[in-house]
Amino acid sequence: MAEQLDKDYYDTYPDDKGHFGPYGGRFVGETLMEALYALEEAYNHYKNDPEFQAEMDKDLADFVGRPSPIYLAENWTRKLGGARIFLKREDLNHTGAHKINNALGQALLAKRMGKKRIIAETGAGQHGVATATVAARLGMECIVYMGAEDIQRQAQNVYRMKLLGTTVVPVESGSRTLKDALNEALRDWVANVDETFYIIGTVAGPHPYPKMVRDFQAIIGREARNQILKVTGRLPDALIACIGGGSNAIGLFHPFIADTEVAMYGVEGAGYGIETGKHSAPLSGGTPGVLHGNRTYLMQDKNGQIIETHSISAGLDYPGVGPEHAWLKDIGRAQYVSITDDEALQAFHELTRTEGIIPALESSHALAYATKLAPTMSPDQILLINLSGRGDKDMHTVAAMAGLGF
Amino acid sequence: MSRIKQCFDKLKADGQTALIPYITAGDPEPWVTVPILHALVSAGADIIELGIPFSDPMSDGPVIQKACERALKNDVSLHHVLDMVNQFRQKDKHTPIVLMGYANPLEAMGYQAFAERAQQVGVDGILTVDMPPEESDEFLSIMDKHEIDIIFLVAPTTSIERMDKIAKHAKGFIYYVSIKGVTGTASLDVTEVAEKLSILRSLTDLPLGVGFGIRNGAAAAAVSEVADAVVVGSSLVNCIADHADKPEDLPAAVANVLAEMRHAINSRDMAK
Repeated sequence: MAEQLDKDYYDTYPDDKGHFGPYGGRFVGETLMEALYALEEAYNHYKNDPEFQAEMDKDLADFVGRPSPIYLAENWTRKLGGARIFLKREDLNHTGAHKINNALGQALLAKRMGKKRIIAETGAGQHGVATATVAARLGMECIVYMGAEDIQRQAQNVYRMKLLGTTVVPVESGSRTLKDALNEALRDWVANVDETFYIIGTVAGPHPYPKMVRDFQAIIGREARNQILKVTGRLPDALIACIGGGSNAIGLFHPFIADTEVAMYGVEGAGYGIETGKHSAPLSGGTPGVLHGNRTYLMQDKNGQIIETHSISAGLDYPGVGPEHAWLKDIGRAQYVSITDDEALQAFHELTRTEGIIPALESSHALAYATKLAPTMSPDQILLINLSGRGDKDMHTVAAMAGLGF
Repeated sequence: MSRIKQCFDKLKADGQTALIPYITAGDPEPWVTVPILHALVSAGADIIELGIPFSDPMSDGPVIQKACERALKNDVSLHHVLDMVNQFRQKDKHTPIVLMGYANPLEAMGYQAFAERAQQVGVDGILTVDMPPEESDEFLSIMDKHEIDIIFLVAPTTSIERMDKIAKHAKGFIYYVSIKGVTGTASLDVTEVAEKLSILRSLTDLPLGVGFGIRNGAAAAAVSEVADAVVVGSSLVNCIADHADKPEDLPAAVANVLAEMRHAINSRDMAK
């Protein structure tokens, strides 16, 4: 039964209204509904258009630098004393994270749809930088909404966006983080819907975004699946990826869903600990509800008000999660776990010293879970971790934790 | 017959346009909401639109967003909002009340529990900004059973085919969003609104309300020429913000703002 479900999965989810079981959908104000239908139609057309695909493939190769390698972390494997650990090196992409895969896809789609103006929200700034980058290259006006709190935490990415010619708009409402940036970007879209393309950075938002962003990110899993088969002759035993909205995780997981022998672990930000309530782990400590255009697990109080989240990593600091992850959790195909700020920070230092790779704090959550899982596995087993981004942007945060400034 | 239908039938017979004020429940303090509602009725409100505070009001501009924040400082929940309606109904049995808000507080309470309590306290309609007809099947059937009208929005971007679909689902009245933008951010173009309303009228017999860009008596009067109802929100909520530190003054102050709109509409109605 479970096996059959997994085989049929690709044809079933999402349905034509964008539902993954009870999750997903199109919960937006009426003003945006026609725009969502137009986007869906354009996406469905171009994803099968050989010219569009050829342009995508060329840019992914020459501009982004794909395929990203998988790397056997030998020192770290030895240190943890269990499964062989491979890292999918999304940190080596242009702009330093997986975000560019999706930003590029959506920007090329925007161009085909004749849109002149791009807007985006950003948390850690990685999606903002990726969007600013493709906008600069395609000569499009770009406005990025970013929480005032995140602007402070990620000053370097803010400056990168400005260098690229993007207008960064600080968002002062609510908790002044990613969710508020999303609210503000949606408000902009409502007001400028005719000429504007909204590049959502994660697998959340109204249909077709969760599906479209997943499809653009699934190149991670497709490449990794081929690479690991080529290098080891078999599929990995487990996958690990960090989850804020969940785009890098779904990108890795999706091509493996029908491979029922491959376990999948999504790692949320436990912040100061799930029991403190100060975390950003809706799948571990939240309940289903509706926010930002889709039904999914949320961090909310009993009255349905969204509560403030906390994570050391701005990219995970979000009260919702992509609806497909909510569904994969409910059907038991993926496991969702969480890692605290301290554990992530420790893994950050460990990978840096043992492998000479400085990971993003987001990705460090996935790495930290590997330090728990790998030792429980045998040396003939394989663990594949999505190293979704590099840590350059986190120098300030990490230095501040150590009591240092620049 | 529903209170909303009765209200529109009577106004139509009298050749009048409905005036629908919006305020956010519990803004700036929970105790003052019901006195404000009574004052609004005295100042000429035909139907009341009462906002359910939400932490992330994505379709609203800064004015209503801040109103939500003020209400949420007092932990005003959907349960409280329904209690306020209950209290209002002790004195006012005939003014229709439409709740307006976002899907998540309704999901948290549960559609069924909401419908039962809402019917019991005398709620007449519900407008859920982020729940288009596509996502409303279950909600519609439950509200139907409890005789609560679901009010749907039509926007300037809505195609004719879609208007037709919405008109088939809609109950009570249809709310035309007169601007491309969030609440309280732009001024409407009456000619454009008139064009859209005439298309809508060919698709439905339901009354048509217009809101989102009506800031003063002149705009309200202009819209009343083409619409069956005029919804005003941000200008009232602005007044509440201005008096937030003296809530005891609010019923009179908010009523003053609405009275100006009423006067402007009535003058226009008489000239029709």
